[in-house]
Amino acid sequence: MSGLGIWNYVIFIFLMMAGLYMMISSSNLIKKIIGLNVFQTSVFFMYISFGYVEGGAGPVLTEGVTLYTNPLPHVLILTAIVVGVATTAVGLALTIRIKESFGSIEEDDLHKMDPSI
Amino acid sequence: MLTHLPVLVVLAPLLAAPVASLMRGAFAPWVVATLVSWFSLVCSLLLLAQVGEQGVIVYNMGGWEAPWGIEYRIDFANALLLVLITGMASVVMPYARLSVRQEIGEERSPMFYAAMLLLILGLCGMTATGDAFNIFVFLEISSLATYTLLAMGKDRRALTSSFSYLVMGTIGGTFYLIGVGFLYVMTGTLNIVDLAERLPALSDSATVRTGFAFIVTGICLKLALFPLHLWLPNAYTFAPSAVTALIGATATKVAVYVLVRMIFTMFGVEFSFVEIPLSYVLVPLAVVGLLSASSVSIMQLNIKRMLAYSSVAQISYIILGIGMGTAMGLTAALLHVFNHGIMKAALFMSLGAVAYRMGGVELKDMNGLAKTMPLTFWAFVIGGLSLIGVPLTVGFVSKWHLILAALELGWWPVVVVILVGSILALIYIGRVVEAGFFKEPADNTRREAPAGLLIPLWILVIANIWLGIDTRLTVDIAEAAAAQLMAGGVVL
Repeated sequence: MSGLGIWNYVIFIFLMMAGLYMMISSSNLIKKIIGLNVFQTSVFFMYISFGYVEGGAGPVLTEGVTLYTNPLPHVLILTAIVVGVATTAVGLALTIRIKESFGSIEEDDLHKMDPSI
Repeated sequence: MLTHLPVLVVLAPLLAAPVASLMRGAFAPWVVATLVSWFSLVCSLLLLAQVGEQGVIVYNMGGWEAPWGIEYRIDFANALLLVLITGMASVVMPYARLSVRQEIGEERSPMFYAAMLLLILGLCGMTATGDAFNIFVFLEISSLATYTLLAMGKDRRALTSSFSYLVMGTIGGTFYLIGVGFLYVMTGTLNIVDLAERLPALSDSATVRTGFAFIVTGICLKLALFPLHLWLPNAYTFAPSAVTALIGATATKVAVYVLVRMIFTMFGVEFSFVEIPLSYVLVPLAVVGLLSASSVSIMQLNIKRMLAYSSVAQISYIILGIGMGTAMGLTAALLHVFNHGIMKAALFMSLGAVAYRMGGVELKDMNGLAKTMPLTFWAFVIGGLSLIGVPLTVGFVSKWHLILAALELGWWPVVVVILVGSILALIYIGRVVEAGFFKEPADNTRREAPAGLLIPLWILVIANIWLGIDTRLTVDIAEAAAAQLMAGGVVL
């Protein structure tokens, strides 16, 4: 794990915060979804980077290799990526329908139309 | 077949969902969804009986033993939750036929029932599984189904409420994923029992503590603990009636169950309440949430929104019980999970019947309801009494146990808060009852809701009274579940 030092975690935290900030600060719904994606992807990076073992070979049985990287986090993240794609799809579909029925995807405009949103 | 019960509960809705989505019209997918819900209920009841006879049931998925494979582990706590989920589904599905025909229409019905089945699948899966990552997957399945169902409401604000729940729910789910990742780095396992064995040795590690914080925060977002409840009122208000009834009764409750499983089984009571002062976080939030949400619901003119805020308050009661960190508190919390599910479903279903006839659920629509829709109205009154906690209803049973648990710890102020919460509930339910009995309806003709809505509704109302008088069943199961949970995941 130490092969990457702590840089992988620095990147993970930076991306995560960037994504969260984007979700909170931007009023455009599409930008919110982009922020959500960045946020989720940062977590995928974290999982994938901690599966790495210093000097480890790819997790395929090979003659003469005893040290392998851990494949389990990668498999987990494969599932999480599917979940992320599905969430994005639902989010985008909702955005389209919001545009159709309100005529805007800016949260500020939606607020003006109806304060309870 | 009996040995495969834990997986059948999850598998039946999973297989039925695509079948329902391929059908045409509204009737055929409804039949499929209803039959599958009933089948799952039978499985859950058999499971509960099995747990009573044999103790904890372990099911290895695909024959792969844990920790290599995913195991389903059923004890009293998840058996109780499975009965709640499938029971509510079994009542809401028959109710959905008329309500969905009016609110959603025939064209979108197949997809609606498919999404409902996926929701049940996700909730049952979260409850049955014994694997921390598997919980995340099922959590997201149930959440995705929920976003879709919420967006099917007639009001266009259903879309925006669904979008904000999508953003907040995904943050919650991802926080949980981060927490599980931290634990996996430290222990190398995702199996909850394995984690429970290895975590005590690592309790000083900052990574484990951060993981704990991420997991608890993520789940609290899902279960709408104050101040993370902001997505809930709009989501419940604008969703179709049948969806509100099912989600209001089960979705937040399953998140509560996951929180309990994490705090008590995985991290253990010692870690959660002694090394990390979780009580000091949960109890104040629950108290503030209880009082503020109850007060806000008094001011609502839309009755569905009023009940949504009341749900936030009732969740606070449950969190209060969990925050006590004692067996009695946990018993009260589990009891209230089950009982609040029954009463809230009854209340939301009676509102659905009002919406079916009156076209809305504003306070003015309730005027004179005692004359125009007596059966629906009396169902609302009994559900409301249960929410307040009047003796002979289920609400009394769980509040009584919660007060006993608070007294055991000598927490007098908390007892006062619980009683004040009941008085606030009396006020907001009282407003509706007053409108129903004493205000004159706009149109005096009698227009009772059709039997298709009334029969499922009254089944729940009778369950409210039955389980309020005959408390042995629920109290015994909740006590046994609490005893198992307090013992932690290692002792089985």
